[in-house]
Amino acid sequence: MTHAMSLLLQAANPQLPPTDGMFILFGLIKAGAAFGIYMLCVAYTTLAERRVAAWIQDRLGPNRVGWEGFLQPIADGVKNFMKEESMPGGVNKALFILAPALAFVPAMITWAVIPFASPLPVPGVGLIDMVVADLPVGFLFTLAISSLGVYGVTIAGWSSNNKYALLGGLRASAQMISYEIAMGMSTVCVLLLAGNVNLSAVVSQQQAQGWNVLLLTLAFFIFAVAALAETNRVPFDLPEAESELIAGYHAEYSSMRYSMFPLAEYANIITSSSLIVALFFGGWDIPFTTWDNLPPWTITKTLATMGMYVSKVMFFVFAFIWLRWTVPRFRYDQLMSLGWKVLLPMALLYITAVASMVLALDYAALAREGMAFRGAMLGMNLVFVVLVFWVLDRGRIISPAFSRLERERVNRLRAVAERSDLLTGKGA
Amino acid sequence: MAITTRVVDRPVDESSYIRATFQGLALSFKHLVDPHKVTVQYPEEKWDIGPRWRGTHRMLTTEDGTAKCVACGLCPTVCPANCIKLVPGEDAEGNRYPLVFDIDEFRCIFCGYCQEVCPEEAIHLGRHYENAEYERKDFIYDLKRLTSQTHPVCEMWDPADPRGE
Repeated sequence: MTHAMSLLLQAANPQLPPTDGMFILFGLIKAGAAFGIYMLCVAYTTLAERRVAAWIQDRLGPNRVGWEGFLQPIADGVKNFMKEESMPGGVNKALFILAPALAFVPAMITWAVIPFASPLPVPGVGLIDMVVADLPVGFLFTLAISSLGVYGVTIAGWSSNNKYALLGGLRASAQMISYEIAMGMSTVCVLLLAGNVNLSAVVSQQQAQGWNVLLLTLAFFIFAVAALAETNRVPFDLPEAESELIAGYHAEYSSMRYSMFPLAEYANIITSSSLIVALFFGGWDIPFTTWDNLPPWTITKTLATMGMYVSKVMFFVFAFIWLRWTVPRFRYDQLMSLGWKVLLPMALLYITAVASMVLALDYAALAREGMAFRGAMLGMNLVFVVLVFWVLDRGRIISPAFSRLERERVNRLRAVAERSDLLTGKGA
Repeated sequence: MAITTRVVDRPVDESSYIRATFQGLALSFKHLVDPHKVTVQYPEEKWDIGPRWRGTHRMLTTEDGTAKCVACGLCPTVCPANCIKLVPGEDAEGNRYPLVFDIDEFRCIFCGYCQEVCPEEAIHLGRHYENAEYERKDFIYDLKRLTSQTHPVCEMWDPADPRGE
């Protein structure tokens, strides 16, 4: 009787969680809608990439299919499906066919745990969380799944029976393992502040405390660099370095099977951008207002926060593309040095500093939402930003130790060159 | 054997990664928002081609509409690609005219020798380049097709005015 009563009460009040049946139904609806929208976004990110690349290079880019090229992704899809699928000799067929799916799926699954709007009250049903799966272990789940992405790339490279593809796959696995560590370490700071690994909790912590990018800029920086490396994008696109490896791990692929790899890359960009937004830029929080964070929840709030969230993610997707067409590719040794000798120690030191600070402030019994706590974190952050961006990032070259040319050595070499006609070519 | 060695003097003291990347981003953003794009929207917009552009051939005609060609045979002789097929004919008054005058646009290298050598200023290369066809046989231009072309013809190089001013 009381159970039936509470069910009725739930149904009557859209500010309470839905019943189990409705939860499952709306879970399926959310999963379907999120999948569709996600695929559409991935397709249009390819168009965004091509057009932004063109504009940066003073060109126009594809603008013929539909208004300003808006049907280009569909035309590309049709073209890719119509093309012949080549199956080179000596490939491991099962893995060759499986690899594109292995590359694409993890990027998409990761997105399931990222909250994208404030809860939506549905009359007669209850409050629906605007996240496909609000897992209690949210962030750990993303870390676990995103590490699976490397399998697709590595298996693609290995099963192709092509040495360049294999080299690409091996580079990808080495790179992803190296940067995964720095990435995980950088987020530990966020989890320290939030005290929770659930991404919804991380978002609500930022609503209360201010965006993490202000308190933990360095963690954001490390995370962003590692995310770039994880998505195999320039300046970390060593696995598909076209000048060295033809096309890297997907050299032997054609038609839609090939197309899955770029799509996986764009899916990874969207997922990484979503993670950056959720962890460092307040998720769906609208800045400078608390109106959107507080119950009672309304449909207007859901739409407004979703719009905010989408625009933040779009900015970071744009930033990924923008970076790609600005910076040149790292050398392989520089890539490894950056990952292991710079980002990892930096992340470890930063964790220590943040943990000590949080511990000290907690001992001082300062409220985490209070001005003193935030001020102290902000102050420490400022010191770190100045230290890293202005002091440490000066007069250093990321390179193995033996290739560093000291000023004294340069002068010595130049002196030798002056003396020797052979070296300067003057005597010839 | 001379070896030229350049000693790299990278200003390590001034090097940076983060700030340099931001400078680069600022530069590429400037280009991103720059409204001046170099792309020419081809079928709608076209480049102005030069007055001496050597493209699709054209045979000029006399007032009565027949080809100016007198079938002297100089152009098939001078043609380095051997793409002109000429069969001369002669009318009752002894005037020579071409029975067959075919130009194989596939073989043609658009050198313009035929135009230069022509004593009657009959065969010309044209300021025109859109000569794609659906079938291979359509690339062999016969006399009728050559005379019915209307595009402007290519100007010859003038030694007195080498720059075409």
